[in-house]
Amino acid sequence: MFEAVLLTVITAATPLLIAAIGELVVERSGVLNLGVEGMMIMGAVVGFAVANQTGSGTLGVLAAIVAGMGMALIFGFLVLSLVTNQVATGLALTILGLGVSGMIGEAYIGVPGLRLPELYIPVLSELPLIGPVFFQQDAVVYLGFALVALVAFVLFRTRTGLILRAVGDNHGSAHALGYSVIKVRYLAVLFGGGCAGLAGAYMSLAYTPQWVENMTAGRGWIALALVVFASWLPFRVIAGAYLFGAVTVLTFHAQAQGIGVPSQLLSSLPYIATIAVLVLISANRRLTLVNTPACLGKPFVPDR
Amino acid sequence: MKNIMKATVAAVAFAAASSAASAADLKACFVYIGPVGDFGWTYQHDQGRLDVVEKFGDRVETAYLENVPEGPDSERAIERFARDGCNIIFTTSFGYMNPTLKVAKKYPDVMFEHATGYKTADNVATYNSKFHEGRYIIGQVAGKMSKTGTAGYIGSFPIPEVVSGINAFLLGAQSINPDFKVKVVWVNTWFDPGKEADAAKALIDQGADIITQHTDSTAPLQVAQERGVHGFGQASDQIAFAKDAQYTAIIDDWGPYYIERVQAALDGTWESAQTWHGLKEGHVAMAPYTNLPDDVIAMAKETEAKIVGGWEPFTGPLTKQDGTEAAADGVRLDDGAILGMNWYVKGVDDKLPQ
Repeated sequence: MFEAVLLTVITAATPLLIAAIGELVVERSGVLNLGVEGMMIMGAVVGFAVANQTGSGTLGVLAAIVAGMGMALIFGFLVLSLVTNQVATGLALTILGLGVSGMIGEAYIGVPGLRLPELYIPVLSELPLIGPVFFQQDAVVYLGFALVALVAFVLFRTRTGLILRAVGDNHGSAHALGYSVIKVRYLAVLFGGGCAGLAGAYMSLAYTPQWVENMTAGRGWIALALVVFASWLPFRVIAGAYLFGAVTVLTFHAQAQGIGVPSQLLSSLPYIATIAVLVLISANRRLTLVNTPACLGKPFVPDR
Repeated sequence: MKNIMKATVAAVAFAAASSAASAADLKACFVYIGPVGDFGWTYQHDQGRLDVVEKFGDRVETAYLENVPEGPDSERAIERFARDGCNIIFTTSFGYMNPTLKVAKKYPDVMFEHATGYKTADNVATYNSKFHEGRYIIGQVAGKMSKTGTAGYIGSFPIPEVVSGINAFLLGAQSINPDFKVKVVWVNTWFDPGKEADAAKALIDQGADIITQHTDSTAPLQVAQERGVHGFGQASDQIAFAKDAQYTAIIDDWGPYYIERVQAALDGTWESAQTWHGLKEGHVAMAPYTNLPDDVIAMAKETEAKIVGGWEPFTGPLTKQDGTEAAADGVRLDDGAILGMNWYVKGVDDKLPQ
């Protein structure tokens, strides 16, 4: 029973986790991309279509990453090269993604998909309780955890991470030091797009292996909120995604048990929990300010 | 944030839908709650619209808006259609009821058709189907096939249409197994495949071996397939997603109704009415029975024939959840009581949100 709940939580949290860690890198570079939902849904439809055509889940996942990056490239070109408004462009990207994905996906409505196979990690998967929950998952789940560790390492332990954070905190100084702000931001935006595409592929190839329009159903927006929730710290993204996933799943179990709490209240619990933790975290104002990228959402135009 | 996004999507959709004006005799417009590609509720309405297109050709122009959220946004969407020269507007979700009436007051020359509601006006008709007839049949199948004697029911919102579905399902199951239980999980959305799947998993983990749903995606049935339990398709035949798990599906067929009403509008004979048809008129149909032993199929078909012959599943003796009597032996609930149902029958393992 406990094991079954944990398994469901992992599936619910993984797409949020992956999309959020990508957006975290984007925001650390000083760019606010509100188009996560649009990139995710494109990843979902392209991943599904390619997996369906080729019969290979791996190719589907790769294609989804490329699709997310393609969307991100459009966004990057608009906000970085043409210096359009980031909020408006991000919203437009979401609308574009929802529309185009519906068009691409029309042929795949009502077609059953293929599910990514589970990878059993030798020895570890034999462990009681922990084994089936953490070591008998599909590759994307492991990839999600690996991504978080990688991002945490690169951001805070490498020169690349230092440059990225410098660009996000003070693009003027970074530019004066000779770093190409625009290039760094392009790369960050592309990484974010790739992650969103991967998260989308997880939706259409593992979470609910099928294509239906709007299937991400707002998860891109939750991922955006999780980045703020995590106060731009990678490991907190895991905590946020799992808290959100766990509360969602537990409310269903509570209902199935037949406890007499109104379902509307239970449905709002994940959001209430997220807000409560957000308030607790932001009580430490200094820590929040230190981690907020100072140039977030500000356009940069090199003077020469 | 999500609502802002939806509103923007709807706003963009208006612009797209309002562009063309043509020489057709009549313009029929449809407002949808979900995407036409949901393969469930909205998909079936759009199939009905396509039937209209096929039947009338150039004589009737059609337009639709998808993903229109219930509430104030829908009022703008409906009004936009009315202003743009739509002659007959079909609004296809319960939550469009008051917005539809409000707009109808301002545009007395436009004909409005609201699905699943209960308020009418001179230029507002309502239409709905007796889905509960199908629910009774799948309930009987569940009663025969369930080993644990417990079914999981994924509900969208606690409105009468959904509540009467849960009751009819349980009555069908109890007619076979008097101790049958149904566990209900409300997901508070019509369409979110991820949430619907999570809810199905939670129900299965708690002992349900039959899953049925009153939400719009195929996700719960797909979970049933993966977990080796069984379920029923919703709105359309979803066998492709669950070839071993689907016993049958309740299919909504709106085509005949849409054609009939558009014809009436063309002829000038349209008037406000409350249409509520079921298996008999073909507005509700059962998908082929699969993965079932012959005797269960025979039983289901027999019940289907009985309902087509005029029998009503909500016929007494009916006992409410709190033990009071809802209908005496042989007394048939009237249409109003079924359409406004806000109580559970005995045996539902849930407290109805008030």
